[in-house]
Amino acid sequence: MITGQSGIDESGQNMRLVAEKLAGERGGEPLFSDLEFTAGAGEALLVTGPNGAGKSTLLRIIAGLLPSAAGTLTVVEGSKASKDVAPLAHYLGHLNAMKAVLSVEENLQFWRSFSGAGKRSVTTALDRVGLGDIAHLPFGYLSTGQKRRASIARLLISDRPLWLLDEPTAGLDKASELQFAGLMQEHLGNGGIVIAATHLPLGLEVAGELRLGAAA
Amino acid sequence: MGALFVREVRLGLRSGAGVLVGVLFFLAVIAVVPFGVGPDLKLLARIGAAMLWIGALLATLLGLDRLFQADRDDGSLDLLIMASERHLLALTVLVKCLAHWTVSVLPLVIASPLLGLFMNMEPAAIGATSLTLLVGTPAITLIGAVGAAVAVSLPRGGLLVSVIVLPLTVPVLIFGVSASYGAVEDPAPFLAPFLILAAITLFFAVLGPVAAAAALKSSAD
Repeated sequence: MITGQSGIDESGQNMRLVAEKLAGERGGEPLFSDLEFTAGAGEALLVTGPNGAGKSTLLRIIAGLLPSAAGTLTVVEGSKASKDVAPLAHYLGHLNAMKAVLSVEENLQFWRSFSGAGKRSVTTALDRVGLGDIAHLPFGYLSTGQKRRASIARLLISDRPLWLLDEPTAGLDKASELQFAGLMQEHLGNGGIVIAATHLPLGLEVAGELRLGAAA
Repeated sequence: MGALFVREVRLGLRSGAGVLVGVLFFLAVIAVVPFGVGPDLKLLARIGAAMLWIGALLATLLGLDRLFQADRDDGSLDLLIMASERHLLALTVLVKCLAHWTVSVLPLVIASPLLGLFMNMEPAAIGATSLTLLVGTPAITLIGAVGAAVAVSLPRGGLLVSVIVLPLTVPVLIFGVSASYGAVEDPAPFLAPFLILAAITLFFAVLGPVAAAAALKSSAD
């Protein structure tokens, strides 16, 4: 059953992210506690809740950018369990992590070589998000939606099984939202995991929901 | 890591400010000294090395606070920290420092012989000062990286970085200037302070990135 051993399958079949009694706080204020969830390969989890419920904080805790106040996060891969989620994850936050003076292609080329080259080339990834024609433009010239799409392309150029998305569709138009839903669906189909904090339905066929905010 | 270096250098060159602001500031400091000191050529020649060093030190500190803040503002810093499994964060910091030095400080070293002429320095003194600047200024950048990392989450950390960093750079200044003098004034040694200067740079090449990486990791929020 364990197919991830060969190392060829980078999308991590059989991978599961397990959170136990997870608690998060921001500036000493507890936001949520005793959070339990599991996300397996091919599953999407939508984190919802009112503003300030701790959606972004949860994603940052999963990404390893913030320490959790309590509880554990484990990645179970076959028979191995690890606490290190960051190397397996793509994090798409509020900010696009792109430099305004570099061209879209240069930005992505850098992230591709820095985070590890995946199966898709930068050109293919840009074509997938519909930015193939403007790859040569400085990132700063792009509109908000185009910037967002360029950073979505960043998810495609390095293969990571876990996508952590914080309001991924902010600034996208309807067509791009659909396109992005397709990309997520494809990622899930390849055995990936999507955890997204969002207020809007992302257009995924099947998605679990994790509601925050009851504790606050 | 090579990609990071290329990206940082490109960023520094394209924004343009990095290269020019430092050199212009350096030029301004050195150019006003003769007006302040007066037309005493001997005195100018004597304080020349020290003035060049002080000018270069201040010009190096200029813009250091943006070393990590620019990356934090656009979210890149999160990804650099997350990649610490692949690329040791201290190494990432070191590469960023080297790129910053290449773009913003190396021009100062290159400009220093010209500015030495303003100070009526003799060729040997100019050569020695440029050489000590070449060896010593990386230490200033590396120390500055620690300050920049500590102040990364502060919106106006620029002055704070300079205040944190300045006391730590005093040894660099002392040995840099004394080596420069050692090259021209006979009883003073050149090699000993020069080697200590090189040692300081090597020491901070290890300690600076490690400390900065630790500060960056704990500053993420």
